[in-house]
Amino acid sequence: MPRVQVVPLLELKTETRDRLFTAIEQQTTWPAELMLLPFDPQYAYDVAREQYHSSQLLLGLKNKSDLNDDKILAIVPFDLFIPILTFVFGEAHLNGPCAIVSIYRLRPEFYGLPPAPGLVVERLVKECIHELGHTFGLRHCKNMGCVLNASTYVEEIDLKTHEFCEDCRGALLQTGSSLIQ
Amino acid sequence: MNQAISLLVVDDEESVRNSLYNWFREDGYEVGTAKDAYEALQQIEKAHWDIMLLDIKMPGMDGLELQRRVREVNKEIVIIIMTAYASVDTAVQSLKEGSYDYVVKPFNPDDLSHLIRNAAEHLSLKNENLQLRQDISHLAGMEEIIGDSPQMKRVMELVRTVATSDSTVVIRGESGTGKELIARAIHCHSPRRYFPVVPVNCGALAESLLESELFGHEKGAFTGAQSRRKGKFEMADRGTLFLDEIGNVSQKMQMELLRVLESKQFTRVGGNQTIHVDIRLICATNKNLEKAVEEGTFREDLYYRINVFTIILPPLRERRSDIPLLAQHFINKYAKIMNKEIKEISPQAMDLLIRHHWPGNVRELENAVERAMVVGKPPYLRPQDLPFQLSSEPVEESAEMDSLAEIEKRHIRHVLERSGWNISKAAVTLGIDRVTLYNKIKKYQLRK
Ligand SMILES: [Zn+2]
Ligand SMILES: [Zn+2]
Repeated sequence: MPRVQVVPLLELKTETRDRLFTAIEQQTTWPAELMLLPFDPQYAYDVAREQYHSSQLLLGLKNKSDLNDDKILAIVPFDLFIPILTFVFGEAHLNGPCAIVSIYRLRPEFYGLPPAPGLVVERLVKECIHELGHTFGLRHCKNMGCVLNASTYVEEIDLKTHEFCEDCRGALLQTGSSLIQ
Repeated sequence: MNQAISLLVVDDEESVRNSLYNWFREDGYEVGTAKDAYEALQQIEKAHWDIMLLDIKMPGMDGLELQRRVREVNKEIVIIIMTAYASVDTAVQSLKEGSYDYVVKPFNPDDLSHLIRNAAEHLSLKNENLQLRQDISHLAGMEEIIGDSPQMKRVMELVRTVATSDSTVVIRGESGTGKELIARAIHCHSPRRYFPVVPVNCGALAESLLESELFGHEKGAFTGAQSRRKGKFEMADRGTLFLDEIGNVSQKMQMELLRVLESKQFTRVGGNQTIHVDIRLICATNKNLEKAVEEGTFREDLYYRINVFTIILPPLRERRSDIPLLAQHFINKYAKIMNKEIKEISPQAMDLLIRHHWPGNVRELENAVERAMVVGKPPYLRPQDLPFQLSSEPVEESAEMDSLAEIEKRHIRHVLERSGWNISKAAVTLGIDRVTLYNKIKKYQLRK
């Protein structure tokens, strides 16, 4: 049975982990498992931009891990970018094995607002499910509440739920079953 | 989803291509990539693309050149230029040559997705509305407005301020001061810039024609209405409607306009379907609207409805320091159009330009330079090339004693005589429209 391997490059509180794993299992029907990987992201650091190149991290993760049919989801504390964009909240291989999510811009402190730990956990869960959705071959969804609705600023994340809408769930079941075959 | 929209990414950097490829695929677009101009042209040969994202700096044929080549064969494709900070000037050049917009690398994700969404919307609108095609080329907007004088700097400040709001603007100034350019500049700097700016010259049309021009008509609404036609209000939906010479519209039209502005809906002439529009209104006039309200020829309620924000354009004679800059701009423009080796103007000729009274303002100046460029010989323009050097009355010398009206009267008579009282020709030379010229002839009681 394939799993979602969760690789945190930061310390995840037990409540956060439980909340995340439950959400992953409910939404993807795949079991989630904590994986502690010796992984040094330094190679992907861009000195000029003071950010990490998320596509390079995805490649590194892919090479580093023993995947079979598993998905791998990295959670990182630092800011991510792809060359063309000023930042990304996360990135995933569309219909591939790897996804990465950064907590850096999910914290209200980044925007000069007071800390809100509960809110950050909710945002993190949504972004993780979102990127995992891409690894299952799903694209952005126009339905407002759907977790696959695209978010380019943080308030947009707050507007959606952590769940796939009916359409996406249907599509997920199809691709999910085809993967297992 | 965005299934219908296809996007071609042209960039020599692989990481950029990959990034954009992934980003757009996640967003549901159909994406292709090309690593240089040559590959891009091949892709365009092979398949239909809606939007092309084009890096301006590439080895071999650069983005600008590629854009030119593509434009030769494909007027439809929406081209978005990608640029680094260093080459924003080139990007602006690309706008003039028909690209839709440009983004500076690296992009803010939100900007990028908005830009593409707008471009996509623009595409679907474009198919429906040919009007839009003409307006892409006006996106750049500001560079035609020329002037270093404090008066013009103040005007440009006002343009920038008011552009971001959605309020109605009245632009006031004499004929030929460039009111339409200002209206376009406001539009191009407003959030509505991806939608059309539609100009209507209210002074040039008879009441019944203006009505169908503005509101459209159904087939058979009147004699000659052989098919259904959209009006300017409909064409300007989500964009800007520019009503020039608003001070000249009839009482009945004033009432109609007020009604539409208040309800944001109307019906086509001869139709009964209610049409809703979302427009921003910019008006222009060379009339004293306050006086017109006092005299009862302009509705007070309409006046208050439109007079939210006013921009006053100074006549050219009040900003003479801009004349050299403007003259040079028009010389460059016509040298290019006429393919003539005239790049300059002699000091004596420039002096004439600076001292001239310019009742027709910038438009008159442009006409004067254009004419001089026709008759002039390289390498520069001379006094004898200018249309008013033969004037037996040196304009500025007597000006100190005469009122502006006196000078205007004399100049108009002079131009009329030179044109053999050909009103159209004289109006062109003066840079004013025929209606205005007739009014002035009446006012000054000029006769053949
Ligand atoms: Zn996504
Ligand atoms: Zn969905």
